[in-house]
Parts: sequence; structure tokens; C-alpha cells
Amino acid sequence: MIHWHSDSRELLASNHDHHLASLAACGIVLALLDAALPSPLPGIKPGLANIVTLYALARLGWRAAVWVSLLRILGAGLLLGSLFTPGFWLSLAGGGGSLLLLALAQWLPRRGFSVISYSLLAACGHLGGQLLLARGWLIPHQGVWLLLPPLLTAATVTGLLNGLFTLQLLESATDET
Amino acid sequence: MSGRWPRLLAGDWLLLLLLLLACGASFRWLWWQQGNAGELVLSANGQQFTHWPLRLDHRFELPGPLGITVVEVRAGRARIVSDPSPRQYCVQQGWLSRAGETALCLPNRTAISIGGQSQDDSLAF
Repeated sequence: MIHWHSDSRELLASNHDHHLASLAACGIVLALLDAALPSPLPGIKPGLANIVTLYALARLGWRAAVWVSLLRILGAGLLLGSLFTPGFWLSLAGGGGSLLLLALAQWLPRRGFSVISYSLLAACGHLGGQLLLARGWLIPHQGVWLLLPPLLTAATVTGLLNGLFTLQLLESATDET
Repeated sequence: MSGRWPRLLAGDWLLLLLLLLACGASFRWLWWQQGNAGELVLSANGQQFTHWPLRLDHRFELPGPLGITVVEVRAGRARIVSDPSPRQYCVQQGWLSRAGETALCLPNRTAISIGGQSQDDSLAF
């Protein structure tokens, strides 16, 4: 008789995996908070979960940021019941856009650009990804671009605030250790 | 580190400035300019009746099977003032000012719509 469970191979979660998982969990909590906050206009959200992505990027690198971001989008989709709905694809497109810009941001000189720049770029990437998906798939009409001015303004403001918050968080974390 | 609040570096300021400029430019080009440029196309009975630049104030009377549809162009906007259609949808729509906006009075077979001077030009990305 074969006991499959006696297979000696085990999936061991490394410290790094635990770190990623806990960051993703923080991201999910912030994403839920984001969804619960009232917003003045559909599409304008503080994007608090970006703080976690930025933290992961600064501490563990871009690949970790990708993991944390995708796990957060999937987890938040499950918990909000929006998995595979247009809203889910929009947040995936937004996450993809911001990760893309964050990857490009790695080329920026470290001396002149702090995490605040990264946050601003991530917010713009998020907006860009969502708007392109909306234009290409959900609302195939040129009128979608009329949403750009208020959304870009909101992205600048939330990107700045999230960046300031992340910088504070990173500096206080270095103070402790 | 000085003080409680973190300091923005030169690149941060630069990026922030660029983004604020982009915000201003997007409002300027996508919201304000598009509304003012362009002309009004008036249709009756499925055919173009006439077209008229929005910057010139004018009143039109469009003939339809039910009667006369009165159209007003004023201060860069256009609206249907009165119409013999029973439900008055096109009158209730109020002022039209953006390219692509349309008011249809279906029962009377009349319509107005705003066309940009060159429709896709200002939106080419």
C-alpha cells in the first residue's frame, strides 16, 4: 500500500516567504480599509495598500514587491467578493501598471529620488493601467479620457501622502533596528 | 534627519512639479478647450439640416413631422428650447457643451449634436 502522505519532500516556508506573507496580509487589511472608505468620485481611492508595496520594494526588492502586490490583489478580491469581476481586473491592471513603473524607477539615481518619487510613479502607473484597461475593454469610448484630469490630480495627492507616510515608516523602522 | 517630517529630495520636487503641470495641462486640454471648440450639427428627418459654429449666438427652428423644434446657441453652448415631442427628453437634457454630446428629439425626428473642430485631434495619445 502506498502512503502518499509519507512523501518525505516538504514545502518549507522560508523566513523570506513568511515576511512576504505578512506584508501581503498588511496589504489586504489596508485594501479592505481602502474599499470601506467613502470616496468623492468613483475611482478616487487613497491607495493605502501601495504603502506596503513600496515598503516591500525598499526593503526586499522589486520581486518581493511584485509578490506582495499580486497576493494582496488576489486576497482582497477574495475577501471583497470581487474576484474576476471588472473591479478585480481593474485593480490587477492598476497593480501591473504601478509595478511596471516601479521597475523602471529602479534606474532613477538614488541620491535625488526618495521613496516619495516611487510613490508618485506608482500612483500614476496605477491610474494609467486602469485607464488603459477601461478604455480598451470596459468603456471603449474616447470620453474615458475626460476622467483623466480629476483622477491624475487625485493620484498626485494620494501618491504624495502615501510616499510621505512610507518614508516615515522606513525611517522609524531603521531607528528601531 | 531634521525635524519630524521627512525631507523631499530634489528629484521628488521635480517629479511633483511635473505631475502638477500635467494635472493642469490635462484640465486645460481635456476639459476646457474641448468644450469651447467646435460646431453644432443640426439634423432633421435623418439628414443634416445645417451646421453652425458654437461661438456665434443664434436661434434655429427645425421643422419635423410634429412641429417646430427650437434650438438655441448661446455662449459656446447649445440646447433645445422647445419641442413638440410628448416626453420632452431632449429639452430636459439642457445645455450641451462638450464634443460628442447629443440631444435627440426622436418623435419629431430632430437632433442636435456637438462636433469638435477636428474630432480626434485633441485626444490623440
